[in-house]
Amino acid sequence: MLSSYQESIAIFLGVNVLMAFSVYVPTSAGLISLGQAGFMAIGAYASAYLTSRFTAFDVPFGLALFLGGAAAGIVGVLVAAPAVRIRGIYLIIATLGFGEIVRVLFVNFEPLGGASGLSGIQPLTTLSWVVAICLFFFVFLWRLRSTPLGRAFVAIHEDETAAEAMGINLFRTKLMAFGGGAFIAGIAGGLYAHFALFIDPSQFGFSKSAEAFLFVILGGSVNPLGPVAGAIVVTLLPEFLRFLQDWRMSFFAVLLIACAVWRPGGLISYRRAAHP
Amino acid sequence: MTALLELRSVTQRFGGFTALDDVSCSIEAGSISSLIGPNGAGKTTLFNVISGLVMPSAGSLGFNGTDYTGRRPDEIVRLGIARNFQQVRLFPALSVIENVMVGAHLRLPRTGLLDFMGGPFNADRVDRLARSIATEMLDLVEFKSAGDTHPQQLTLVDQRRIEIARALASDPRLLLLDEPAAGMNPSESNQLGAIIRKIRDLGRTVLLVEHNMRLVMAISDHVSVLSAGKVIATGTPSSVQADPAVIAAYLGNV
Amino acid sequence: MVLLQQIINGVMLGSTYALVAIGYSLIFGVLRLLHFAHGEVFMVGAFIALCSVWFLNAGPVLAVVCAAVGCAVLGVVIEFVAFRPVRRRSGGMLAPIVSSLGVGLLLQEVATNIFGADQTRFPPQFEATVYHFGSLFVTSTQLFILATSFGLMLLVHLFISKTKYGLAMRAVAENVDVAGLLGINSNAVVVLTFAVASALGGIAGVLVGFAFSAISPFMGISMTIKGLVVMLIGGLGNVYGAMIGGLVLGIAEVLTVGYLASSYRDAFSFALLILVLLVRPQGLFAGGLRAGH
Repeated sequence: MLSSYQESIAIFLGVNVLMAFSVYVPTSAGLISLGQAGFMAIGAYASAYLTSRFTAFDVPFGLALFLGGAAAGIVGVLVAAPAVRIRGIYLIIATLGFGEIVRVLFVNFEPLGGASGLSGIQPLTTLSWVVAICLFFFVFLWRLRSTPLGRAFVAIHEDETAAEAMGINLFRTKLMAFGGGAFIAGIAGGLYAHFALFIDPSQFGFSKSAEAFLFVILGGSVNPLGPVAGAIVVTLLPEFLRFLQDWRMSFFAVLLIACAVWRPGGLISYRRAAHP
Repeated sequence: MTALLELRSVTQRFGGFTALDDVSCSIEAGSISSLIGPNGAGKTTLFNVISGLVMPSAGSLGFNGTDYTGRRPDEIVRLGIARNFQQVRLFPALSVIENVMVGAHLRLPRTGLLDFMGGPFNADRVDRLARSIATEMLDLVEFKSAGDTHPQQLTLVDQRRIEIARALASDPRLLLLDEPAAGMNPSESNQLGAIIRKIRDLGRTVLLVEHNMRLVMAISDHVSVLSAGKVIATGTPSSVQADPAVIAAYLGNV
Repeated sequence: MVLLQQIINGVMLGSTYALVAIGYSLIFGVLRLLHFAHGEVFMVGAFIALCSVWFLNAGPVLAVVCAAVGCAVLGVVIEFVAFRPVRRRSGGMLAPIVSSLGVGLLLQEVATNIFGADQTRFPPQFEATVYHFGSLFVTSTQLFILATSFGLMLLVHLFISKTKYGLAMRAVAENVDVAGLLGINSNAVVVLTFAVASALGGIAGVLVGFAFSAISPFMGISMTIKGLVVMLIGGLGNVYGAMIGGLVLGIAEVLTVGYLASSYRDAFSFALLILVLLVRPQGLFAGGLRAGH
């Protein structure tokens, strides 16, 4: 059996794997997001509100998670509708700005605790929930690659004009990619909230978004193994670097730079040169 | 014979440059039509207009009796117009057969989200259907190598074949081919000519932009000549070949 | 009059944003890449100044010079470690984001290990003199900040428009290949760009230290984000747009705090960002270092 410390690391890893998936889905369609923590926050607050503050009904945990994901997904689609028309650097900065806006809105939203956060969340997240949900999404995303939608994502990632000339509706497909990623981030947020038991807006800042982005860029975005590998490395490496004490994050940062230099396509990538 | 595609006074300007100047023409259903003309005459621009990649500055486009001016490229594929690209634009991250399967998307039944996970109407069945369409199309264009290779490992000639197969996979009524014979040797272009005829015999209409005159004259029912953005001649291959205006355009009297 | 006073405070804050955003714009203009550690360079500048005050007993001018020189060197090191190798391997747009995020994390961690995670007090550098203009008042710190930042903006303008180095920068920004044919060493231009941009960022860090009398290893992240936002508002790679964008954002933030609530301060900049992206994605001011895209 796992010790409770190991179990909490495993749960944390699972949440990170889901965050990695949430970046992977839009990335596979060529949409880079540096704002996934915003969707995570929406899922976290929505599900925590449902299980701990919404006393009129006894909302089951699974339903709360799903509704948290759905809330994030809906916001994702609404945000994406104008955002998918912009590309590259603009999209990166726009998603970054979105993540910060969500954070600031929660800071100012007193019914959910404002800057001092939301406490007293029930400890409903168990390792089995996390493993089951991670496995579900892994299988889902693995199979997605051999479906028309999955191929449409790749086609858009590779060449938007050619994809459109093959009958792919760019707008709708990108909305699905962005909304899907937001949904997964919302689920991750729900699991995180019922594991941390206390959430405040500062937990969902730019660092969280950047971290999720790094999982995918480090791991690679060719298939769902990449984000899993990235999340595992980034989550567990600091644990193995404990002997470095205060300098372990610095060492990790150096590894990050080395990875960007030596393996720009990610740990799991095509044999050919990485695509941009 | 009825007109499948009809261009009415299409004009395309880029800044001060007029790439297409009041072009009107119609393509008959079931024909192989060719568009020829010197470099820079506006042939590829015309293809981009027909397939919706650029909006014409003026004029209208009709397909099968409906005006489709201003529609998006993906809607135009849905109408039944598919194309290849002069500079091959396959998806490098996808294998050959997956590239062609992308072209087949519009013909596949929609899958529900939960179908991915298994069950009777699962994604595998859709995948098999897409795969069989793609295999059929690759056979049609006489692509001989393995379908799971990646396009960039193949010769340009093979890549052009795959692009034609990808366009055909959407089951188009009109197939636009932009210089499909570029880079082909005589025996390969003869083979391509036979493939294009076969495509026509399957009931599709083909519009070809091509520099290879031997191919154009051998397979076309109609030839239009574009020069400096204007149609200067239309007719059967032999009548166009004898047209003094065409000869002048090609000899550089423009 | 209260409004005017607020605007003066906003211009002061905004001029530091402008200095950071000018650096972003220079780097983006020349390389077309985002430098996610630029905010950390700003933070390091503040700590270099603090050390110069501690150990060299430096006055404000020397502190600014130390920060500028130190950060210029740091910027060049970052270019060699995190940007040049990635550029050579053409890992696309994403690899430099990863490597510069790594550099940012490294700088933040190193600063935390040396100075601690809490805020460090920045000793006051000026007599608490207050100059009154009618009912308006400006402190000597504010005057120093305004004079330094506007002086630097003028220098940047002269540098870009009048010197041959500035011309070389613009040439590389316009077209690397053509610049190479004209005999411009584009690698040298990139190094120069990083040095100038990082020196400006570092000086902004010192000025913020002067203004708030406290600095922290975590002050870089929000500056990274705000610098990016300002650059985008001003038009990617547009140096003059960055100047105006920085001032606009500074004034807007101070007014938000004054008339709305301090917690909404950051929301404003991002709302402005989203608005610009939706209405005028090319930024408020087109052209600049690079003309168009």
